[in-house]
Amino acid sequence: MPLRIVTGNHAAGHALSLAGEANRTARGTACGIYPITPQTEIVERVAAFPFSRGRVVAVESEHSAMAVTMGASVSGARAFTASSSNGIAYMVENIMVAGFYRLPIVMVAVNRTLGPPWNIWADQGDTLMLRDFPWIQLYAADNQEVHDLTLLAFRLAEDPRILLPVLVCMDAFIVSHTQAETELASPDEVDAFLPDLDLPHRLDPAHPRALGSMVWPDATVSHRMEIDEAMARVPNVMAECRARFREVFGRDPGGPLDALHTDAADAVLVASATVATTARGVVERRRAAGERVGLVKMRRYRPFPEAELVQACGGAGRIGVLDRDYAAGAGGVWWQDVRAGFQGRDETPLIQDYLLGIGGGDVTPALVNQVLDDLLNRRAAGPPVWADASGAFGPPAEVGA
Amino acid sequence: MKIPDIACSEECLLRAGNTNCGGCGMSLGLNFLARALAEADETCQLAIPACCGIVAAGAFPTTAYSVPTVATTFAAAAAVASGMAAIRDLNGETHQVICWAGDGGTYDIGLATLSAAAERNEDIVYVCYDNEIYGNTGGQRSSATPPGARTTTTPAGKREAKKDIVGILAAHGVPYAATVSIAHPDDAARKFRTAFETTGTSFLLLHSPCPTGWKSEPGDSVHLVRLAVRSGLFPLYEVFDGVRYRINDAPDWTDPGEYFARQRRFATDAVDLDATRASCRRRFARLETLAEAFPA
Repeated sequence: MPLRIVTGNHAAGHALSLAGEANRTARGTACGIYPITPQTEIVERVAAFPFSRGRVVAVESEHSAMAVTMGASVSGARAFTASSSNGIAYMVENIMVAGFYRLPIVMVAVNRTLGPPWNIWADQGDTLMLRDFPWIQLYAADNQEVHDLTLLAFRLAEDPRILLPVLVCMDAFIVSHTQAETELASPDEVDAFLPDLDLPHRLDPAHPRALGSMVWPDATVSHRMEIDEAMARVPNVMAECRARFREVFGRDPGGPLDALHTDAADAVLVASATVATTARGVVERRRAAGERVGLVKMRRYRPFPEAELVQACGGAGRIGVLDRDYAAGAGGVWWQDVRAGFQGRDETPLIQDYLLGIGGGDVTPALVNQVLDDLLNRRAAGPPVWADASGAFGPPAEVGA
Repeated sequence: MKIPDIACSEECLLRAGNTNCGGCGMSLGLNFLARALAEADETCQLAIPACCGIVAAGAFPTTAYSVPTVATTFAAAAAVASGMAAIRDLNGETHQVICWAGDGGTYDIGLATLSAAAERNEDIVYVCYDNEIYGNTGGQRSSATPPGARTTTTPAGKREAKKDIVGILAAHGVPYAATVSIAHPDDAARKFRTAFETTGTSFLLLHSPCPTGWKSEPGDSVHLVRLAVRSGLFPLYEVFDGVRYRINDAPDWTDPGEYFARQRRFATDAVDLDATRASCRRRFARLETLAEAFPA
């Protein structure tokens, strides 16, 4: 397909629609939709798509959007939706249930600051708060990744070895509303990539089951352990989906993370989404200038690619985690997982958290440079640094000094 | 009056061995539903929110329900059913998608979801078995609890009136809304069948005695709801397209005193009987006026 200049939302709406359409030869598709800035363009695109066997239900709330999507999914259809920020918070109960029901739903989330105070700009707090639910979480850094990871998400979610819902996340406005060259899939390609969905536990009159009835503790343990086992299979199955994606589309949708210049690096930054893109530019320039600095760009958050991360950091003594999120009383969410990943290893690096771009603040190369300077020069790790705050890296230089 | 076959068998919708209390109106309601399905040669799938109705399914891996059943979140039954109905229709299937919800899940937490499904005129049958209480949690007031009833959250008796949920659904213009009493099995079966035949949203309000919450004798359940119909507390009527009315069984104005006296949820002096009689007459007169002016 030729390159098109489209927004991240357009890319997501295109991928969701073609994925739904591809299941027309099975039980079709349906979704519940509800508007919220900045994801609204996604559901508008889905609502306008001429599905041959599909229905788009415009409901009265995010809670019901996920409920309609679940009703379609338990009936064996391909099902998806999109949301953002407080909409996700309102949807939370049914997001959790979709995971516990092992429904292979795909949700595109546009990461927007949770309110109040009200703020529509980028912040990952709205999806990172879902981290303990049975959802796979993927973070896209640009429009092409949004498109590709959305398509990949369906194949991953619906794989009979997985049967878990998948979140595909992108930064508000920086990706959702920014037009960029994007290779959009053709219907034939999507048909070739996504097999017909055959949900093993769909509602079936021949085998009437009660989905979600009561259980005793022993069955609850089995249920959680099965989720844990499915999560453990994600790395291999995702690698298979990635390989198949390359065959069909001739493009690499990316794996759980990318390592850049981490060989023999003294310091490595760990970042996701568009912050990783900015950090990449900084790291490349400083490497070219002879500094031994590297970057790990995270694409998958759940299940957390712990072993891959430790390996990718390549023995660096200093790791700086860039968090566009804040967990109250704890610090950055990514930081906590990175620290846990290195816990108990022989050589534990200095791991420092930097909260930056919170509430959609600009993450400039200059800011990332300051972060990297701080990381290279500090004697020990400390509490998370509010890198956006005035004076975070010492007093501002006096004018004329 | 024909006596319905409500003996439990393997073919029952709600099989024997379920956990419902003796005298539970919801159990009888499910058996009436099963009878209506059999008579109409229909099958169904159930969407049940948090309520005694999903507890009745029993513990995994067994189920007391003989049809595919999905437990929805408390507020979400009508939305989950909308998705189920969409995929049914897209695949040319003909089973009924039925929400089976209590009054808490209908009058209170699920009202916005139900309103939206009704506004979209989803092709579902929504049955609210109304026991006028949060029974599953041990008996708290809902907006369906009648005035004077003591619950654990209205220990001195509820002060507020009961919501007119059929009026609310009728105001959406749904094709079919009706009240159902388990003391009137033929009328109930006919209404279930009408709901099955209706394209679009059907709403059935089933007055469902709860001996545990009503502090009544299990053997009194059918008698109590019969008294409610006769005294005008729970008139049997249908509303078509939100505008045409039909009264099915006019009250004989039996004194409501016995209805209240046989339930210990009502303190002896908690209900103003004169005011109740007057209110029943007034509400029924309004229904009669509507049924005469806009007959079905």
